Amino acid sequence: MSNIKILTNGLFRENPTFGLLLGMCPTLGVTTSAFNGMGMGLATTFVLVMSNLVISLVANFIPDKVRIPAFIVIIATFVTVVDFSMQAYVQSLYESLGLFIPLIVVNCIVLGRAEAFASKNGVIASIFDGLGMGLGFTISLTLLGVIRELLGSGKIFDITIMSDQYGMLAFVLAPGGFLALGFLIAAVNRLRKTN
Amino acid sequence: MAKKLESNFINMVAVLFSISLISSAGVGYVYTLTKGPIEKAAEEKQQAAISNVLPGEFDNNPAAEKWTKDIDGGILEFYPAKRNGESIGTAVKTFSNNGFNGYIEIMVGFNPDGSINDYSALVNKETPGLGSKMNFWFRENNPGSVKGKNPGTTGLKVSKDGGDVDAITAATISSRAFLDALNRAASALNGTDATSGATQQNNKQ
Repeated sequence: MSNIKILTNGLFRENPTFGLLLGMCPTLGVTTSAFNGMGMGLATTFVLVMSNLVISLVANFIPDKVRIPAFIVIIATFVTVVDFSMQAYVQSLYESLGLFIPLIVVNCIVLGRAEAFASKNGVIASIFDGLGMGLGFTISLTLLGVIRELLGSGKIFDITIMSDQYGMLAFVLAPGGFLALGFLIAAVNRLRKTN
Repeated sequence: MAKKLESNFINMVAVLFSISLISSAGVGYVYTLTKGPIEKAAEEKQQAAISNVLPGEFDNNPAAEKWTKDIDGGILEFYPAKRNGESIGTAVKTFSNNGFNGYIEIMVGFNPDGSINDYSALVNKETPGLGSKMNFWFRENNPGSVKGKNPGTTGLKVSKDGGDVDAITAATISSRAFLDALNRAASALNGTDATSGATQQNNKQ
């Protein structure tokens, strides 16, 4: 597989949210607004790229029986780095994402890619895989955030599109998250089948 | 691809040990890098919250003159503001445990006569779109404005409980919690103990 193909694989065919259905917890939790969704996606992208990079380098030195704890420690390191940096430089985003930043550690996508891809492939391919998966995740979260923010409060990225009296509050709350996610998955799967 | 390390005891211990060691060194390094900026950001945020709620300019450093008071299982923080040595008001960091989702924290500014100047919600986990409206609902020019109101000794109440503050639509509990926090700050500031009818209303339910 060429690197470009690996990259687009994560964006569309094996999109983590709509294709692999991984990482549903942060997906539903943070997408109350487009900005939150994008912030979460980019933080996860950074962790994915860095952990894929390191794991593909050291995979051969890690005995099989302890590979999961070893991967988790590596992933947790990068998550902590993101956590500290966001707290220092983007406080407002850090506060609205709250607990979901440390929880990137247990996001299935990150460990899933480490196990399924990075530990079996070379460095360059692993970086592209992390980038593709991360950006796929970012796009999905942003899209979901845009839909929920628009339907829920009439805004996109805090820019008012329609008066918020037409907003359906349910879309900012959990039920709307499930509904929007369901319809999006259906739409993306339909697109995938026709291609 | 080179052959993998064998999964024997020594290999496993050695590999896990060195990975943990390198990781903690990395995390420790990043911690020292970001420690300063994190503290600075938190301090700036608090300074901004204090000066937002106080009436007019002050020339002292309220954070340096802070005093605290233990009350109802929490700590209230008082930031006195002065201009030319005269008090122009006090910012109080106050809290309530009666929010719809528990704890809320509010910075409220009082004029010297005890009336409310302005406030900002610091920690607010209320339902988005309902209770979370407390960020602006009680501000000047909004339906439930508390500006200029004086909790005095009786405390403010929502209109549903016989008071004169309009509660947030569909979020009476959050509104009561908000007023509970305000009243707690006011009564502690006045040295009186009038912990609000709002609290009792929520506890009754």
